[in-house]
Amino acid sequence: MSTHTITVTVNGEAHTQEVEARLLLVHLIRENLRLTGTHIGCDTTHCGACTVLLDNVPVKSCTLFAVQADGRSVRTVEGLEGAELSAVQQGFKAEHGLQCGYCTPGMMMTATALLERNPAPTEGEIRAAISGNLCRCTGYVNIVKSIQHAAEQMRAAKGASPGVASGARETVATT
Amino acid sequence: MIPSAFDYAAPASLDEAIALLRAHDGDAKILSGGQSLIPMVKLRLAAPALLVDINRIPGLAYVEERGGALHIGALARESDLEMSTVVRARYPILFDTARVIADPLVRNSATICGNVAHGDPGNDHPATMIALDASFVARGPKGTRTIRARDFFLGLFTTALAQDEILTEIVIAQPKARSGGAYFKLERKVGDFATAAVAVQITLDASNGCAQAGIGLTNVGPVPIHASAAGDFLLNKPLDDGTIAQAAQLAADAAEPTEDRRGNAAYKRDIVRVLAGRALRLAARRAQGLDLPSTEGRA
Repeated sequence: MSTHTITVTVNGEAHTQEVEARLLLVHLIRENLRLTGTHIGCDTTHCGACTVLLDNVPVKSCTLFAVQADGRSVRTVEGLEGAELSAVQQGFKAEHGLQCGYCTPGMMMTATALLERNPAPTEGEIRAAISGNLCRCTGYVNIVKSIQHAAEQMRAAKGASPGVASGARETVATT
Repeated sequence: MIPSAFDYAAPASLDEAIALLRAHDGDAKILSGGQSLIPMVKLRLAAPALLVDINRIPGLAYVEERGGALHIGALARESDLEMSTVVRARYPILFDTARVIADPLVRNSATICGNVAHGDPGNDHPATMIALDASFVARGPKGTRTIRARDFFLGLFTTALAQDEILTEIVIAQPKARSGGAYFKLERKVGDFATAAVAVQITLDASNGCAQAGIGLTNVGPVPIHASAAGDFLLNKPLDDGTIAQAAQLAADAAEPTEDRRGNAAYKRDIVRVLAGRALRLAARRAQGLDLPSTEGRA
């Protein structure tokens, strides 16, 4: 059994930890770093409640060892909020994109990654993007509306003050 | 779920990785995308002594056409296939296959080579690689060798790879003019393994006869199945409704399904027949430059 000293940057802050190789990233986040916004749902790579962004790409943190994140950057739901709620968080609030809230952190991380890559997704693209995040309450209608709301807000903010919205986070433009 | 304890190494080169595999004599596993291996070790269906993480080895994450072939490196992710314009334009069967594997989050991590090397007959790329007549490059202590996809799958979770070999690359010859392919999968829900799935790759001649046909079947037997009788039947025939129906029936005859929660054997066999017909029709249209994948669903 090997242990490893790793440094993972979570929401901009570097954390150095000694971990067993078998420690899953989700346990590093929740138990070692006490960031419990990231949830564990199925623990079998199906539900997406544990979704985090690894170098800005959404992945299921129950299906990745913490040691694999050594030297890399992780974003969790706690990192979404700046001075105010992020556009995605505001969208979920405005459009009632949650009921019990269990899937919500994962949904919002997937939605955040989607909108950073594709600022104007179609409904089909939104539904495809969240197809690895299961919600057992809402039937997805309001979640899709929440993401559409966030996309509109982000585009409006960008239009109103060019460069500011995209400068605020590491936006990867794709066309 | 906590896996059994294991040692972990992240070598910086393939040679180092191979030396680790060799030193552990069958008790080490390669960790690439980890989307099959990590669930298995969590469920304690596997308990290797050592995981050899190849993700830190540079130069393995590519999907590119060169020298008349498409090359897919060991660390190319499923999402790379979905994003590739070359794949959409010339290898639509690979696009079809990637986008029905698991879900988008899994596909951001999962590798194509891992999907193949895992040897699971429920995985989707094996049938597609059989249809395409792809080759797999295996590297071991004695150097590299090439194994045809059609000779690679030996049994349930058993492949032609030796325990100290790594599948470093998939090579697919660039399809001739007037070629097309398609992959059709029936799944109960997003992320499920196939009830059954069919991969078809064909080339048409100048008079729309079938000059070449490869057909592979997913999850209807202990290994991915090469439906060679169905492919051979199509040669030099026009792809009309009657010919397609007969070939689809031959593909169904090649299936060896067993009953499980996804259906009984007769049902799965009939699903193969139906999906083979659909895949042949779409492959034929694509061979004529029609119905290539759109950009919808890129996200």
